[in-house]
Amino acid sequence: MISLAHFQVLSAALFAVGLYGVLARRNAVIILMSIELMLNAVNVNLIGFAAFGDFAEAHRTLGQVLVVFVITIAAAELALAVAIILRLYRNRGSANVDEVNLMKW
Amino acid sequence: MVTPSLVLFYLAGVLTLGGALGVVMSRNIVYASLGLIVALLGVAGVFLLAFAEFLALVQVFIYGGAIVIVIVFALMLTRLEDFRGLSDHKQWPLAALAAMAIFGVLAAAIARTAVSTQERAEVGFTVLGERLFTDWAVPFEVVSLVLLVALIGAVVMVRPTGDRN
Repeated sequence: MISLAHFQVLSAALFAVGLYGVLARRNAVIILMSIELMLNAVNVNLIGFAAFGDFAEAHRTLGQVLVVFVITIAAAELALAVAIILRLYRNRGSANVDEVNLMKW
Repeated sequence: MVTPSLVLFYLAGVLTLGGALGVVMSRNIVYASLGLIVALLGVAGVFLLAFAEFLALVQVFIYGGAIVIVIVFALMLTRLEDFRGLSDHKQWPLAALAAMAIFGVLAAAIARTAVSTQERAEVGFTVLGERLFTDWAVPFEVVSLVLLVALIGAVVMVRPTGDRN
């Protein structure tokens, strides 16, 4: 039987994989993809609760409404991040995050 | 009890996690973006299993289409040769430890917390649309404004600065 715990565990695993990608990779584009994975993990969790949660219907719908907002913000964030990466590449000739140390103390 | 929906869920879950691992493990960035497509389509499958048809559609269109294409554009506009043979940070074992730790904490929290659940229930297209355009109309308009401003900002940022240089 499919249950809420399945969704929660999948969400946690996806979030952990995304976190590993953000922390361990050096390329800015891969880090961006990993952030998208983490946002998707959050969406899986919200959708799980929207489907299985023992709430009033208005509150279950809210889960899906929130996912719409998360997806929109993710798109905005992605557009800006890609712009920053292109700018970075043009100025420094590299898209590795550890070479961006201009503001490092 | 093994039901067809459970089998499908495991299939979508394996697809999602496999694609995600492909993103974070692969040495070639093109394979990483293919892994991202697989992961996002797996998530769309998971959405379908939770009866969120509208969001599954949105996931395929926005994520599987637009977002992956933007990322591939980013690869195309930066030189692709630089992306072969990607390397990890030196502290990747630490990162793996952190990821496993957060998974452990979350799994423990999931196991310990009792949530009152019900049978899987659908939130229909009409209900979702009604809520989105009545109770959540103002946030919806604000978020579309945010998206517009972000896109304009992105265009301004990547425009070559001819007058300064």
